[in-house]
Amino acid sequence: MSDRLIFRLVDQMFAIEASCVCEILEVAPVTRVPGAPAYADGLVNVRGRIVPLTDLRVMFGCERRAADHDTRIIVVEITLDGEPLTVAIMADAVTAVSDIDERDFQPTPSVGMRWPREYVRAIVQRDDGFIIIPDLSTIFEAISRSADRSDIPEAA
Amino acid sequence: MTRVDPAETFRQEAQELLEQLETTLLDLEQAPADRELVDAAFRALHTIKGSGAMFGFTAVAEFVHGFETAFDRVRKSGQPISADLVTLALQARDHVDGLINDPDADTAGGARILTALDAIAPQEGGASDASVAEPVSTAAADGVAGRWRVRFKLPADALAMGTNPLLRLDELAEIGPATISALTDDIPLLDELDPECCYIGWEVVIEATDPQAAIEDVFLFQGDDLDLEVSRIDEPAGEAAAVPGDAPEEKAAPRSEVVTATSAPAAKAALLRVPAERLDALMDQVGELVIAQTRLSELTADGAPPALQGIAEELERLIGGLRDTSMGIRMVPIGSLFGRFRRLVSDLSRSLGKEIEFVTSGEETELDKTVIERLADPLVHLIRNAVDHGLENPDARVAAGKPAAGTVRLAAIYSGAEVTVTLTDDGAGLNAARIRQKAEENGIISPDAEMRDEEIYPLIFAPGFSTAAEVTELSGRGVGMDVVKQTIEALRGTIDLTSEPGRGTTITLRLPLTLAIIDGMLVRVGDGRYSIPMAAVEECVELPASAVDRRGRDFLNIRGQIVPFLRLRELFRAEGETSDFQKVVVVSAGDARVGLAVDQILGNHQVVIKQLSRLHSGLNSFSGATILGDGSVSLILNVAQLIGMGAMKRTPAGIEEREAA
Repeated sequence: MSDRLIFRLVDQMFAIEASCVCEILEVAPVTRVPGAPAYADGLVNVRGRIVPLTDLRVMFGCERRAADHDTRIIVVEITLDGEPLTVAIMADAVTAVSDIDERDFQPTPSVGMRWPREYVRAIVQRDDGFIIIPDLSTIFEAISRSADRSDIPEAA
Repeated sequence: MTRVDPAETFRQEAQELLEQLETTLLDLEQAPADRELVDAAFRALHTIKGSGAMFGFTAVAEFVHGFETAFDRVRKSGQPISADLVTLALQARDHVDGLINDPDADTAGGARILTALDAIAPQEGGASDASVAEPVSTAAADGVAGRWRVRFKLPADALAMGTNPLLRLDELAEIGPATISALTDDIPLLDELDPECCYIGWEVVIEATDPQAAIEDVFLFQGDDLDLEVSRIDEPAGEAAAVPGDAPEEKAAPRSEVVTATSAPAAKAALLRVPAERLDALMDQVGELVIAQTRLSELTADGAPPALQGIAEELERLIGGLRDTSMGIRMVPIGSLFGRFRRLVSDLSRSLGKEIEFVTSGEETELDKTVIERLADPLVHLIRNAVDHGLENPDARVAAGKPAAGTVRLAAIYSGAEVTVTLTDDGAGLNAARIRQKAEENGIISPDAEMRDEEIYPLIFAPGFSTAAEVTELSGRGVGMDVVKQTIEALRGTIDLTSEPGRGTTITLRLPLTLAIIDGMLVRVGDGRYSIPMAAVEECVELPASAVDRRGRDFLNIRGQIVPFLRLRELFRAEGETSDFQKVVVVSAGDARVGLAVDQILGNHQVVIKQLSRLHSGLNSFSGATILGDGSVSLILNVAQLIGMGAMKRTPAGIEEREAA
């Protein structure tokens, strides 16, 4: 049993462990980082700390949407290459904190998913549809690898 | 306040003393006959022994005792210090270092060093005669016992510092039959008397033959604050006649030293040892304060009551001062780092059989402590490379018409808001053909790439480029030049390299003075706001209308000089309104200049630099980010990188590319 934070990206619900969530912000001014990949091209000020803002919607091949009054920024602390890293995730809405038992995890179906399989750890079936348990460490490893290579092209 | 572990205090103190000892020993290698250096080494040893025993580091104290005994014999013999002795003493120093960290470390090794030291140090018997004979040879010649008056007064805080005058008196009495009387003139009235102060002086009359050296030994550890007078009261007629003029002069010498020494403490500033974390915390808080102050200034800038504005301005001034002072606290002279390299070079010279002259300059140049700390490893690597791969063997050097001893120069100098550190060797220079071959093997460049030598040299900094064909014991152990480059760049510095075949190689590091807070110029590009380090800004000019037609003519003519410029709007693919009056901010690093075309210059502000996270560490165009007064985040432009981009546009190829686009 563990508490999980449930949030929505486009029309899909996701759940991450509540223990890694530091805080949830309403829309804050986002500074765009030129040259960074579109799924990690923002910076936000979280109480004096400058935290990179990632957009998993873009990472998962969806359109970026304008922020509305449901939009939230979820600040999480994860471990990347053995070191702690604070990142922010853009969410279309944060809906609930709920107990999801790991025994309810089901393997990712091999077909019929619009979300890339390698980023999905498991899915959980609910009455009102299914919830994706994303594999945050794989996702951020991928972001960190691609971000390492990105920069402003030298001939603009 | 945290309570300090006494053992830890000893470790820190010992570390400093060992560093002193090392410097002294290395100096002795250059000046083997310098008595003061020998005394300094002896004092350092004695202090380590004393406090080691006090704090329960018995193994240290025992070993240092043996070390000290051998060194004492050297000291008394008055003979010059041999190079072998310095080598052994350095080994012994390292052993002490090891013992402090692990008392059980390598006892056999310690015993071996002591035996060797014992064997090499001059033997006691004949030596002690020489010691007296040398400084006062004339007086010793006749060897008549005389009466000597010793007047001394300990510094007022001597008792508080743990000095026991009785022991000093006992030691004086051991020199010869002595009469001791107290000098009580300075004792104040009872209500002014501080019981912890030493007000009493002593006069001791000793009967002995030439006791000056012995007397000085008694006060060897008393430091500079001691008031000591030694004089002879009854000069035997024979001697006075035998050496007219000579003897009094000899005696006058130490006295005049005392006179100058007593005035010294006033000039010596009091030092305070502070844990580094507290400085870091202070710096963080000053950083937050600066941000808060910027917000206040913005709020009061328009329409606030004059009184409030006055206070805001006052605060701005005070906080600016606080910022400078706190940063000053963190500044450390780079000489503390250079000192360590002397040992490195001395060791390298021995193990590689190369004669090396290591010349340093600019030791007093100050840099942020973090920069200094992180600079150590890269510099060690560069020096090793220079000595190992750069300098040729003595035979090869002589054959090439150079002096047998190679020269490695390490210099630091201020240039603007940066410090330039250069490492120069007069060795063989880089071998472009071999670097090229290596780079091709590792797939860094393609075999058909056309490159000039100057373009090939920097390839040694490429990731995956491993050093020398033959890996020696010293360099090429996995830490490549790419790591050196990364470390320097992480410090917001740059690294450059020039080399001339047969003449040597020069590596230039440019480092910012501080990592924490800088003055910045805030500019607007589209709807983004960016900070440019003020120290790099040379001037701001209007973007000339003729250049706006952008037919590949992104060059400015500034007072007859052609300066390339970058349009940040295009570079950053910025959206948002532009301005009819775009500005070009001309920035420079070293000799290179580039213009940055921006939409608007918003003003100056203090930039508290925050590093970008690992998700953005690959972005070389930005060296960090800062928080503005309104709480939003502004990226800090990496001027060195942008200048590099501008320089690339200078080539004709770049222009054609632009015109085609």
